[in-house]
Amino acid sequence: MTTLAAPPTTLSNEEILRYSRHLIMPEVGMEGQLKLKNASVLLVGAGGLGAPLGLYLAAAGIGRIGMVDFDVVDFTNLQRQVIHGTKDVGRKKLDSAFDKMADINPNVKLEKHEVALTSENALDIIRNYDFVVDGTDNFPTRYLINDACVLLKKPNVYGSIFRFEGQCTVFAYPGGPCYRCLYPEPPPPGLVPSCAEGGVLGILPGIIGLMQATETVKLILGTGEPLVGRLVLYDALAMRFRELKLRRNTECPVCGDHPTLHELIDYQEFCGVPHQEPVQPTANLGEIEPTEVKQKIDRGDKFILLDVREPHEFQICRIPTSTLIPLGDLPKRLNELDKNAEIVAHCKSGVRSGKATNLLRENGFKNVRNMKGGILAWSDKVDPSVPKY
Amino acid sequence: MAKVLIPTALRQFAAQKDSVEVSGSTAGEVLNALATQFPDLRKNLFNDEGKLRSFVNVYVNDEDIRYLKKNETPVAGTDTLSIVPSIAGGWK
Repeated sequence: MTTLAAPPTTLSNEEILRYSRHLIMPEVGMEGQLKLKNASVLLVGAGGLGAPLGLYLAAAGIGRIGMVDFDVVDFTNLQRQVIHGTKDVGRKKLDSAFDKMADINPNVKLEKHEVALTSENALDIIRNYDFVVDGTDNFPTRYLINDACVLLKKPNVYGSIFRFEGQCTVFAYPGGPCYRCLYPEPPPPGLVPSCAEGGVLGILPGIIGLMQATETVKLILGTGEPLVGRLVLYDALAMRFRELKLRRNTECPVCGDHPTLHELIDYQEFCGVPHQEPVQPTANLGEIEPTEVKQKIDRGDKFILLDVREPHEFQICRIPTSTLIPLGDLPKRLNELDKNAEIVAHCKSGVRSGKATNLLRENGFKNVRNMKGGILAWSDKVDPSVPKY
Repeated sequence: MAKVLIPTALRQFAAQKDSVEVSGSTAGEVLNALATQFPDLRKNLFNDEGKLRSFVNVYVNDEDIRYLKKNETPVAGTDTLSIVPSIAGGWK
């Protein structure tokens, strides 16, 4: 038979010294520090937002921190994910993050959830924590976290970032609004670029992540004015904070007066993300391998190698014989291309050039192919001196 | 003329401007004038039926127009309209 351990009612001498600058403030004090020690927080995502959150929440003395992530550290993460170092590239993000957090504060109990949060596991994972912090990077997971938090009545500290701009608020606080009250529906896939496509100022997740950390600590302490019913917008370029009012929608399907949603749904479908189709083994007729493009160049074949990336990407690297027309400009600049010419379109990874290929075909271009895998694949398969970004 | 603040995600459709002065006496008129001035912005703001998309929120000062009079929300020359689209980045 097991008995539940009583919550700690004292701090060790080591902890008293460690938290000294908290303890001497009446707003925290011994009572507040014990609240932090008895609290549990689930961080979803060990990336841009999760990095500062993990570091500071561990340092602050939260008793138990769970982290959900199944990714591996790569070089492009290091510009902003300060919880990971260069030596951690290739390691699991959870291993790397927890090494750092355990070093900062060995008193924190750390719990790994090395999974993708899904409709099947979300309730079971979230149920075990007092607060949830959303540091994810995609709409399906954000709606999933929201609905699970509303159903389980767990406050959800929300932050999101894009380029130079961030948003922060607290959802699912008793009586307050939820994510669906702010945005009833997600944008269709492809309309809003991700960080990978759109880029992000490395410092930005530090600012927004620490706003989330601040709100989390305030919620635990029960002090100050929580960021409930208010959406803070931050614009790093203008260095301006703005605050907008956010209301609970009485007709919200999950947190409204007469909710219609009582269990988790299929969030990929809700967000219009197509389920992963098995990869077709037969080559797509509209695609061409980078190695074949190289052979064409070496043979001196006459064709247009069309780069549809942005000018600032063209400055990073390019294939020498390519012609640059960014995808967004292509509809206006079709007249610069010969409809009967052979065209091979490429971009960074093949998505934008796929759109360009379709656009050209729809406009009567007869011989257009998409270079498979973009300039990243070119670097892997043809010329490693071309940098990847 | 009301001031409209353009979010980062939509600046590429508005000649990279972060704010634009547009005339109109209601939120609907201001948004329409904006979409006329920057045609590429239109499909990002409105759906095929010409309705504001559900992942784009519009605020007159700090109030969401959904809780005011929606498109009919009056706008004075001293007001600021904010367009706030949903963004999801944060993790990877």
